[in-house]
Amino acid sequence: MSPEQTSLAFRENTVRALEDTALRAAMKHATDTFGTKRADAFAPVTDLEALRDRASAIREDVLANLPMYVDRFVASATRAGATVHRAKDASEAREIIAKVLSARGARLIVKGKSMVSEEVDLNSHLEAAGMEVVETDLGEYIIQMEGETPSHIIVPAIHKNRRQVGRLFADRLGVPYSDDPQALTKIARKALREKFLSADAGVSGANFAVADTGSLVLVTNEGNGRMVTTVPPLHVAILSIEKMLPSLTDLPAFLRLLPRSATGQTITSYVSVITGPRKAGDATGAKELHVVLLDNGRTEILAGEARDILKCIRCGACMNVCPVYRTVGGHAYGWTYPGPMGMVLTTLLTGMRKSHPLVDASTLCGACVEVCPVRVPLADLILGLRRRKVDEGFADPRERRGMEAFGKVAASPALFALGQWLAGAFWPVVRALGGKDVAGRMAAPAKTPLRRRLP
Amino acid sequence: MRVLLFGTCLVDTFFPEAGEATVRLLRRFGAEPVFPKGQTCCGQPAFNAGFEAQARAAAEHFLWEFDGDAPIVTPSGSCAAMVKHHYPRLFRDDPKRLAKAVRTGERIYELTQFLVHVAKAHEAGLRGKGTVTYHASCHLTRSLGVREEPLTLLSSLNGATFLPMPDATRCCGFGGTFMAKLPEISCALADEKAASIEATGADTVTGCDSGCLMNIADAMRRRGTKIRVAHIAQLLAEGL
Repeated sequence: MSPEQTSLAFRENTVRALEDTALRAAMKHATDTFGTKRADAFAPVTDLEALRDRASAIREDVLANLPMYVDRFVASATRAGATVHRAKDASEAREIIAKVLSARGARLIVKGKSMVSEEVDLNSHLEAAGMEVVETDLGEYIIQMEGETPSHIIVPAIHKNRRQVGRLFADRLGVPYSDDPQALTKIARKALREKFLSADAGVSGANFAVADTGSLVLVTNEGNGRMVTTVPPLHVAILSIEKMLPSLTDLPAFLRLLPRSATGQTITSYVSVITGPRKAGDATGAKELHVVLLDNGRTEILAGEARDILKCIRCGACMNVCPVYRTVGGHAYGWTYPGPMGMVLTTLLTGMRKSHPLVDASTLCGACVEVCPVRVPLADLILGLRRRKVDEGFADPRERRGMEAFGKVAASPALFALGQWLAGAFWPVVRALGGKDVAGRMAAPAKTPLRRRLP
Repeated sequence: MRVLLFGTCLVDTFFPEAGEATVRLLRRFGAEPVFPKGQTCCGQPAFNAGFEAQARAAAEHFLWEFDGDAPIVTPSGSCAAMVKHHYPRLFRDDPKRLAKAVRTGERIYELTQFLVHVAKAHEAGLRGKGTVTYHASCHLTRSLGVREEPLTLLSSLNGATFLPMPDATRCCGFGGTFMAKLPEISCALADEKAASIEATGADTVTGCDSGCLMNIADAMRRRGTKIRVAHIAQLLAEGL
């Protein structure tokens, strides 16, 4: 499915989501579960704050020296036998990948989970070029079958319950209906196994890229990631440039933080470190490895106020705790990345013109800041984008007039007292005009304000 | 001890009883609260919406009104956090005002901070009644770092039973202008909060921020729930 960005209709999207009782129940159940598991997983980690500091410092160093680390990665990955491509934007990335695949006559592509591939809308492009693209992560497999996009960066089908998946499989695969997760997983596994064995190429993302060694690190659970990257003769990995880590010795800190933050696991079932294609004597591995490093606006973000969003390691903890995300799910945000990290990244990557309502999709409660393993100051970034929205003229004109008046009233005790008196005197009118949205939910002003009650 | 009382625009305009209760509490514990008459608003509505020039106008006025060395006490975690953490940002390019903003931030106390750390009100054996649960508002908890003080005070009340609320630190959906911009989500979050409150079985819910309490009271009204919503200042002052 080609994702048309609908971020401008954020409010309408949320209204629709709020009416979807199945979605709301699924979101609540899943995010509550992740919250509990995350807390349990971190409970025994006594050096958590120091660990976060360390990971944060490593990510800051990566951003401060990103061009150097990218160059170093390119050199070492090339030395290890990989072919590295630089893509400045989504269309370049799609072209490069399509060219690599079609030059080798690839028809069937198995895919591991990759949000960057969603960002560049890779699948529809490859399909248009006549290839069959099969998502092999269970959640991705489900939503691909449904014609949807991921609604969470690590749990793409988080918005669905097992009964919906059971009906979907029964409809599309002609299997008997079951809502038993194990049975459903077996069905998918059987269907996917055949695809793995006959695929011409595997396309994956990567959680990290190690500059010193040119390695790609994949942190996964289902084993499909390993199949995608090792079974087909050709492996194409797509990742964004900020995923660099300086060296392998930096990895353990992230392997302690990422699974705990993401799924509440102490470690994922699989951690793959892929350095170059299969060499003589290797038991497994793709014969040919291509790495596509995507910029797509990141160099520009790096030079701006919001650069800290590039520290993000895509654990999804911020969305699991976000009151807005938990309530409306990820599709409401209208583009690839949802939740707190997503609203920031979407605004930066797609531009304020296409996304400005997203910057208001936060109560500024700070729950995301509290859980971020690499200390991305999400609330500050959101505030910064709100300033930008105002500066770039995207604020609602009524809000602008209201805030301009506010500035004058707040700087003048006389106007403030007058405003207070007017609000009290005309409250029935205000309430009638404001309707249920605002005034109807506010308390009525007191007959005598505090300033006139005190000596 | 002379203290400056920052009523906050919400308490001043909508909930003066919470302001009066704050005054009674401060007097009981030996402080002499002075209410600077020219005070208005900390500027948070504009700041949070991205209107920095307007927020700065409000902040400049606040710094002028609350000049001096006396501690500033306010019955709001959110407004205290605004002054403490965001004023320095507003004046980052203005060294003179920046220094003043930082000094002012060091002088400001949210009410329960002052009551516990300065007044030791939790050792005074205040009276209470019935069953009370507590909503931990976001900026109070996560921005100002005030987690224990309200609980210390509430559990010190003789005759009242404190009942913890599940997910007490989860946002109620107020969020200042958020409630106006995305009212549907705001109401959904307030409903979720109201359900958590109802689940405690408490007859009163309290908290340290009037905006959140107003939002919660509205959800209670919509749901027809008869649980009293009261600012912590009022609850504590009733036991004097």
